[in-house]
Amino acid sequence: MSQAKMDKTRRNLIGATAAVGAAAGAGAAVPFVWSWWPSERAKAAGAPVEVDLSRMEPGELKIIEWRGKPVWVFRRTREMLDSLKVTAQLTDPASSASAQPDYAKNETRALKPEYMVMEGLCTHLGCSPQLKGADAKAEMGGDWAGGFYCPCHGSKFDYAGRVFKGAPAPLNLPVPPHTYLSEGTILIGEDPKGA
Amino acid sequence: MNRLLTAAWDWFDARMPTVGEEWRKHASEYYAPKNFNFWYYFGALAILVLVIQIVSGIYLTMHYKPDAGLAFGSVEYIMRDVPGGWLIRYIHSTGASAFFVVVYLHMFRSMLYGSYQRPRELVWIFGVLIYLTLMGEAFFGYLLPWGQMSYWGAQVIVNLFGTIPFIGPDLAIWIRGDYVVGDATLNRFFALHVIALPLALLGLVAAHILALHDVGSNNPDGIDIKKKKDANGHPLDGVPFHPYYTVKDFAGAVVFLAVFCAILFFAPEMGGYFLEYNNFIPADPLKTPEHIAPVWYFTPYYSILRAVPPLFNSQFPGVMAMGLATIILFFLPWLDRSPVRSIRYRGAYYKSALAIFVVVFLVLGYLGVKPTTVWGQFGFEAFFLDTKDIATWAARLCTILYFAFFLLMPWYTAIDKCKPEPERVTS
Repeated sequence: MSQAKMDKTRRNLIGATAAVGAAAGAGAAVPFVWSWWPSERAKAAGAPVEVDLSRMEPGELKIIEWRGKPVWVFRRTREMLDSLKVTAQLTDPASSASAQPDYAKNETRALKPEYMVMEGLCTHLGCSPQLKGADAKAEMGGDWAGGFYCPCHGSKFDYAGRVFKGAPAPLNLPVPPHTYLSEGTILIGEDPKGA
Repeated sequence: MNRLLTAAWDWFDARMPTVGEEWRKHASEYYAPKNFNFWYYFGALAILVLVIQIVSGIYLTMHYKPDAGLAFGSVEYIMRDVPGGWLIRYIHSTGASAFFVVVYLHMFRSMLYGSYQRPRELVWIFGVLIYLTLMGEAFFGYLLPWGQMSYWGAQVIVNLFGTIPFIGPDLAIWIRGDYVVGDATLNRFFALHVIALPLALLGLVAAHILALHDVGSNNPDGIDIKKKKDANGHPLDGVPFHPYYTVKDFAGAVVFLAVFCAILFFAPEMGGYFLEYNNFIPADPLKTPEHIAPVWYFTPYYSILRAVPPLFNSQFPGVMAMGLATIILFFLPWLDRSPVRSIRYRGAYYKSALAIFVVVFLVLGYLGVKPTTVWGQFGFEAFFLDTKDIATWAARLCTILYFAFFLLMPWYTAIDKCKPEPERVTS
């Protein structure tokens, strides 16, 4: 048998060559796996967006586009914040099933109660709801305390984007990641440092 | 003329004998059992459909544009303006569903006659790999028309990967190449659909057939025909694959193509099951369709996904169950402990188990195309009812039975009362 006369050195050489070859093969996969990450163009289009809050009036709604979605920045008044305390008619008052970062999973669904940041797309079929103030009682019913109304299928949301019962929308409006860069600027698309 | 052809062949054969050798090995001298029945058409038919898909696919790529801005329009252009384009597109879309019909029946044949049992485990494993590759191929291809169902189906499936703990969110971004399903996703799915997976599929089909021809075909009696050989060393119950089964398979292909063409010309959308109605609306990232359902061939697994309730606010258990439901197929040769292969000589346990499995698979498939409210709701309250949808509970029962069929198999096949196998094939 040739087994007996096996040349140990040559066999080791074959083993070493195979190992180096396998490592090279794995290395060769790197550029291909790498190429699947978002391109610079996609990253630029999905980059966080800065919003200037300094000139926002109380009760004003700003619509910003981020990653192809309309994101609302809404400055709430004291009365609007007070209206959030009534939660009996809400589907998900604690937002336990809804989508928001942990730092916005609170009573006002915001980092700072004054500014509400949320995605302006109905969780039912993605239509864009409209702002309806408390003065729209004639249209929205006598107990309407103000909020948002989806014209497509009639879902109603409060000033924190929480959906009212009896609406086709199952969940509250999602809150995107956002953080304050300074007192007057907010960055949409990035979590606060340490969050 | 005949002499000229013989001389030409001799000239060729002297220079490249491989072709003749392989032809004899795999066709004219490959001895297959003489008792193949109806169930043995589907392997050859699967190859026929593969050829149909490759040819029609090549012609579709000549007019299709893998660009989020142009894709939907280019498919409509194929349907309306390209001469014969509608026919080629319907051939390809009908072929996709036909592929799964044929493959499901082909797999069921193996379960009827124990074809996955020793020594054909590798044949089965290559077969399951083909099935999984085919599912990938179908999924990637489904995004290309860039309709609403394409878009949101891909969104849902990619988000399944997003539920994997720790790496999930990054993995989903890596698969999409963007933060939402977009142009990058469409472009790479196109590459996978037209090059990568078809190449893998062809290699796996070759491995599947080579592995089969090394151990020989099983038959409806599940007995080994190589045990009884004639004076020339050929199996007594075997016939050469060519011309016996090539002719038989051609006859089967004619019948299959008649059915295929009937669907192609009279019901290419198959009432929304082969081509979903929502997919005739261009993809709209801002508008989710009310009811997202995969195409029919994925629905048994989709039902399993929906049936498993979320744990710790994560959909991952459902995703795991869906993955396991396909992976468990690989282990079938080792789960089956029966001394016989064919259903003809198996006992009541396996027969009942297989019957239940078929019903469960069909029910899961049916429920997967319907919303969970399809069978109404329970009229009573109970603490254990996390959902009152009857269909969800039916899907849960079916999911348990689906896994029980596999996991209990070592037990019920071992204690089953089997009949004695015959010495020679019966019919």
